[in-house]
Amino acid sequence: MSVLVYPESEDGNFKTVSFEVASYAREIAQNMQTTVTAVTFNNSEASELGNYGVDKVLNVKNDKLKNFNAEAYADVIKQAAEKEGAKVVVISQSANSKYLAPLLAVHLNAGYASNVVALPESTEPFTVKRTAFTNKAFNFTSMTTDVKIIGISKNAFGLKENPADAVVEEFSPTLTGEDFTVEVTNVDKARDKVTIADAEIVVSGGRGLKGPENWGILEDLADTLGAATACSKPVSDMGWRPHHEHVGQTGKPVASNLYIAIGISGAIQHLAGINASKVKVVINNDPEAPFFKAADYGVVGDAFEIVPKLNEKLKEFKAKNA
Amino acid sequence: MKILVCISHVPDTTSKINFTNDNTQFDSNGVQFVINPNDEFGLTRAMWFKEKQGASVDVINVGGPETEPTLRKALAIGADSAIRVNTAAKDGFQVAKQLAKVAGDGGYDLIIAGRESIDYNGGMVPGMLAALLGANFVNTCISLEVEGNDVKAIREIDGGKESVTTSLPLVIGAQKGLVEESDLKIPNMRGIMQARSKPLNVVEPDDVEVRTEAQKFEKPAPKGAVKLIDPDNLDELVNLLHNEAKVI
Ligand SMILES: Cc1cc2nc3c(=O)[nH]c(=O)nc-3n(C[C@H](O)[C@H](O)[C@H](O)COP(=O)(O)OP(=O)(O)OC[C@H]3O[C@@H](n4cnc5c(N)ncnc54)[C@H](O)[C@@H]3O)c2cc1C
Ligand SMILES: Nc1ncnc2c1ncn2[C@@H]1O[C@H](COP(=O)(O)O)[C@@H](O)[C@H]1O
Repeated sequence: MSVLVYPESEDGNFKTVSFEVASYAREIAQNMQTTVTAVTFNNSEASELGNYGVDKVLNVKNDKLKNFNAEAYADVIKQAAEKEGAKVVVISQSANSKYLAPLLAVHLNAGYASNVVALPESTEPFTVKRTAFTNKAFNFTSMTTDVKIIGISKNAFGLKENPADAVVEEFSPTLTGEDFTVEVTNVDKARDKVTIADAEIVVSGGRGLKGPENWGILEDLADTLGAATACSKPVSDMGWRPHHEHVGQTGKPVASNLYIAIGISGAIQHLAGINASKVKVVINNDPEAPFFKAADYGVVGDAFEIVPKLNEKLKEFKAKNA
Repeated sequence: MKILVCISHVPDTTSKINFTNDNTQFDSNGVQFVINPNDEFGLTRAMWFKEKQGASVDVINVGGPETEPTLRKALAIGADSAIRVNTAAKDGFQVAKQLAKVAGDGGYDLIIAGRESIDYNGGMVPGMLAALLGANFVNTCISLEVEGNDVKAIREIDGGKESVTTSLPLVIGAQKGLVEESDLKIPNMRGIMQARSKPLNVVEPDDVEVRTEAQKFEKPAPKGAVKLIDPDNLDELVNLLHNEAKVI
């Protein structure tokens, strides 16, 4: 009756959010007085999960599962949940996990709560706190099914080390042709760049930067901080930046530790998408820009002067603290 | 090709969000409702299939009579007919079940829903619907082409995109990028006039289990005032980010 967790990996390594979902699963398991089992795909370092309280790892080795495939992955996780008799399945809210979760919910006859931001409020009834209205509110949802799937928003819980001896077992689920009806033909992804979904720090630019040719200062700052780059909606609409950098209510959600907004006015639709970030810094030459009301730190001034200066200061800081 | 577009009826993006009845209910007072933005992208793509490939396009909503103006708007944009399943939407699973019944009986080849609705942000309905129907599923879809039974699609992934091939019957989770922002269809006068005489069929719901229930709501705690930093003293910002906020 263990708690099952699905920690994602990329190129054989765990993503940071994987340790967060494992930490969360550990805490729930402790409350339910049971153990944590993880299911992993082609991962050679599965025992690392032991640092975050995972007792057992079911590792699937199968070349057919090299690329993420929602249907096939959901099927494998379902079989793992059944094998372990799991009543609670914990996943992240990455694009891939959000893709497979509803499929898994139907196949497991489970309830699914997405965007969960805290440990369950209670287990009888099983009630979780989730964001709703794109971060404009929270919603307490109770689940009545025997099996429950919980999707944890990034950075909502954090990493908690909790050493356990993760026993790694090979797991060979039964796959069928039905699992591979959607076939990946090409993946187009910058390998050397941090993604918005994974980043601890996001540096974002708006129309205040005037044109795509001016993004160099923002990219330099992002480089110094090891940050992902993002942008407001009009910036991606005008083709200054790629669509996948668009953040906000109708774009990607951002739940980083630090969000730096440069030349972004702070429209309600923009703020809704980035509100879940812990600390917000705004750089804008208009002291009346609405973003100042939503930010923790603000600098009123011209981005073209401030951003390069701030970058120099941060480089000095990094050199000193390296 | 028979296309069904799922339309969720949501508060306009500029809405202030409030609750009533001891924070158990969304306060729709003074709130403007619109077609969920992700569904608008899907509907516009459906109109392309109608114009270029002779597809028929129906729209559907699970909800009370208050959602009819939103369905009429979809008809004004160009859908052929609308269906309303006459029951309040309670959770993703219940909605997906109701949709699956109509979609299955209607023999649709392509079902377009949004990646998520901007009210409850469940991100559940399209995937559940696909699983219930045994149809193929492509989420966060930003490009879709159909030739006969063959489908080529592109989906957004974290940090990039992925091309896939699959076949009908198919459910997609649509989002921005599926069509150009500037191509989004808005109703014109002629469309609005025609919409009045297009069929809007109300069907009674199936008896369906609800798996998750919203008990109460809470608004985020108010934020403290911003700390302004002198542009000539950016060391202070670095210092605050390191020592106070502890984020660098
Ligand atoms: C249905 C709908 C959905 C939407 N969804 C989203 C969404 O998901 N995400 C999103 O971002 N937007 C969204 N929007 C758009 C949103 O309403 C705003 O229009 C948009 O966020 C504004 O982008 P911006 O801040 O880059 O540009 P602007 O509003 O033009 O702001 C530019 C800012 O830059 C500042 N500036 C100018 N020059 C400088 C300088 N030299 N140095 C420093 N600052 C400078 C200005 O003072 C101004 O505050 C949506 C709108 C609608 C209707
Ligand atoms: N009540 C509803 N009626 C019709 N379609 C819906 C309804 N709720 C959600 N959908 C569809 O499912 C998508 C995702 O919604 P959700 O799973 O609620 O985030 C929406 O963009 C709609 O296309």
